[in-house]
Amino acid sequence: MSDNLSRIVPVLLQGLPPTVIATVGGIVLTILLSVPAGLLLLSSRRWVRVLVRIYVEGFRGTSEVVQLFWIYFVLPVLIGFQLVPLWAGVLVLGLNHGAYGAEIVRGAVQSVPRAQYEGAIALSLSPAQRMRRVIFPQALVEMLPPMNNLFIQLLKSTAILALITVPEVTRQARDVLIPNYGDDTILIFGLVFLVYLVLAAILTALMRLAERIASRRVGRRPSRAARVAARAAGPGVSDRMAGI
Amino acid sequence: MAAGSTSLWDWDYAFSIIPDLLKALLTTIEITVLGSAVAFVLGLVIAVVRRARIPVVDQVLWALVEVIRSTPLLVQIFFLFFVLPRFGLTLSAFVVGVTALGVHYATYTSEVYRAGIDAVPKGQWEAATALSLPRSRVWTGVILPQAIPRVLPALGNYAISMFKEVPLLLAIGVVEVVNAGRELGSETFRFTEPYTIAGVLFLVLSYPASMLVRRLERRAAVR
Repeated sequence: MSDNLSRIVPVLLQGLPPTVIATVGGIVLTILLSVPAGLLLLSSRRWVRVLVRIYVEGFRGTSEVVQLFWIYFVLPVLIGFQLVPLWAGVLVLGLNHGAYGAEIVRGAVQSVPRAQYEGAIALSLSPAQRMRRVIFPQALVEMLPPMNNLFIQLLKSTAILALITVPEVTRQARDVLIPNYGDDTILIFGLVFLVYLVLAAILTALMRLAERIASRRVGRRPSRAARVAARAAGPGVSDRMAGI
Repeated sequence: MAAGSTSLWDWDYAFSIIPDLLKALLTTIEITVLGSAVAFVLGLVIAVVRRARIPVVDQVLWALVEVIRSTPLLVQIFFLFFVLPRFGLTLSAFVVGVTALGVHYATYTSEVYRAGIDAVPKGQWEAATALSLPRSRVWTGVILPQAIPRVLPALGNYAISMFKEVPLLLAIGVVEVVNAGRELGSETFRFTEPYTIAGVLFLVLSYPASMLVRRLERRAAVR
C-alpha cells in the first residue's frame, strides 16, 4: 500500500491545476457578475431589476449539473463551436455562483445604515461617489464572510467538471486511480478529501485576510457575528436566513 | 423518429420525451424527500449530541462535520459507492444516493439547528432546570418546540438545494432527470430538448418552493 502511495499521489496532483484554475476562474467570474448584478437588483428602474432577477432566479432555480450539460452539450449546437471543457466549467461555475453572490451583495448593501446614505448626500457626493466611497466599502465588510462560504461552495462544485471530462482531482481519482488501484480505494479517497480540505483552508485564510483589510479600511474589526451567521446560513442560501 | 432533424428545437420530439422525463423527475423527488428526511433527523441528532459536549465524541463529530462540509458531494457519493462494497456492504445506487445526500446535508442542518437552539433564551433552560424536568423532557417539551419552528425556513432551503443536487447521482447510474435526458439524447443525438426541459422542470418546481420558503422567512421575521 505504501508502495502505491508514491504512484497515487502524482496522478492525483496532476488534477490539481485544473481544479485550481476552475476555482480561481470561477471566483473571478463570480465577483465580476455578482457585484454589478447585486447593485442592479437595487436599481430604481423596474425593468433593470426584473432583468437581473431573471438571471438570478434562472441560475438559482435550475440545477448546476443541468447548467453544465446545457452549456457543454447544447450551447455548441446553437453557437456552432465546442467550448473547451475547462472553460465551459469556469463559465458555469461563475454564472451559477454569480447569481447567488448577487443576493449577498444586495443584502450587504442594504444592511448599510440609512444614516450613511443621508450623510453622503449631506456631503453632496454624487450617487457614484456615494456608492464607491461610503456605501460599498462598508457593505464589503458584511459581504466577505458569506462570500467565503460561496467560494468554498464553488471550490467543491469544481468536482462536477469531472462529468464533462475535465481531468481535475475528482476525475483523476475516479477514472485513473480507482480502476488501477482497486485495493487502495480508502487511501485514494482519503487523499482526495485532504486535497479539498487544504484548498478550502487556503481559501478561508485568504478570505480572512481580505476581511481584516476591508474592516480596517472602514475603521472596524472583522465582524465575528457576520461569520457565525454566515456559517449557520450555509452555502448559497438567502441572506435573510442569517437572521435566525 | 425525430432523429436527424436539423432544426434547433423540435416540438414533436420535445413532447415525445416529456413522459419519460416526468417519470425520472418522480425519482428525483423521491430521492429529495428521503434524503431530506435523513438530513433533518440526523442533523438534529448531531446538534443535540454536540451540545452535550461529550469528550472525544464531540471532537470526532466536529471533524466529521468539517470534512463533509468542506469536500465535494460528488466525491462523497463516489466514496460511498466504491468503499462500502469493500466492507461487504453493497447498496443500490439509489440507496447510496439517498445516504450521501442525507449525510452531506445533515452537516448543514446541524448548524441550522444549533443556531436555532442557541436562539432559545437562557431563561428557558433555567426554568426547565428549576422544574427539575428530566433532560429528555427539557429537549422535547421546552427547547425543541421553540427552536424548530424558527429553523423551518432554513431546512426548507436545504431541501430545495438538495433537489437541485440530485443530478450528481447520474455519476453512479441513478436515472434521475438529467440522466434520463442523457439516455434519451444519446438515442437521437438531440440534447437540446432533453436538457432544456430538464432545466425547466427544476425551475418550475424549485422557484415556487423557494418563494414559499421566503414567505415563511418573512413571517418568522415579523414574529
